Amino acid sequence: MTAVAVPLEHVLFVAAVLFLIGFVGVLVRRNVIFLLMSLEIMMNACGLAFVAAGARWGQPDGQIMFMLILALAAAEVAVALALVLQLERRFASLDIDTASELNG
Amino acid sequence: MGVELILFYVAAAVAVAAAALVVTRLNASHALIYLVVSLLAIAVMFYLLGAPFAAALEVVIYAGAIVVLFLFVVMMLNLGRRTVERERRWLEPRGWIGPAILAAILFVEMMYAIVGNAVPTASEGVGPKAVGIALFQEYLLAVELAAILLLAALVGAYHLGRRYLSDRREEDAA
Repeated sequence: MTAVAVPLEHVLFVAAVLFLIGFVGVLVRRNVIFLLMSLEIMMNACGLAFVAAGARWGQPDGQIMFMLILALAAAEVAVALALVLQLERRFASLDIDTASELNG
Repeated sequence: MGVELILFYVAAAVAVAAAALVVTRLNASHALIYLVVSLLAIAVMFYLLGAPFAAALEVVIYAGAIVVLFLFVVMMLNLGRRTVERERRWLEPRGWIGPAILAAILFVEMMYAIVGNAVPTASEGVGPKAVGIALFQEYLLAVELAAILLLAALVGAYHLGRRYLSDRREEDAA
């Protein structure tokens, strides 16, 4: 298995750009579904940085961290989408601001 | 510059462009399609970085399972033209230009921190065997914790979703 010798800082550059796109999405969007998608982009950027660092040192740790991120993302999406259904059910809206009325 | 290096940069450009399109779309289904494209491009990058196992997991779990879950929920919510109009109202420039500028400043700072030590990534990849051995020896505890997290998420999602479904059933019966 041969890999391409991409300069590490270029990969980190791509990861940073992806992370910032997701970050701006989280700040800007008000629809919960788009917020969750932006979170997915951010987590993917983290995974890319981990895998690139693992490739840099030739160690499997980076890919293992990516797998843990994957498990985290799966768990987060399952719970968050169930919450989205509840939000739509109770407020008939996907606006994240309506959830500020939640209590108890 | 080898053809594989060019492939990497093309995949990176596709991933970034698709991610930008995800964030700016008005229709959730269209955004999901772009999200799949972005994830597949990242999988190509993983493969070229010498991580074929991570690439396979990216395609199977992220693009295959997580995005499909999103798609199910978007279809259940039945978002129509009404929501597209509302998204257009919400996405006015005065709403997004401030966060975008601040994020760009953070990005410049981060680049300043990274730039200056260009080291190439290793020329030989890390195969699935090495990953598996490390995963079930050094990281066994992390695997167990991930299993507990997934179980908790399963129970939580079932609990939250079950009430949604039972409410709906009562509504249908009434």
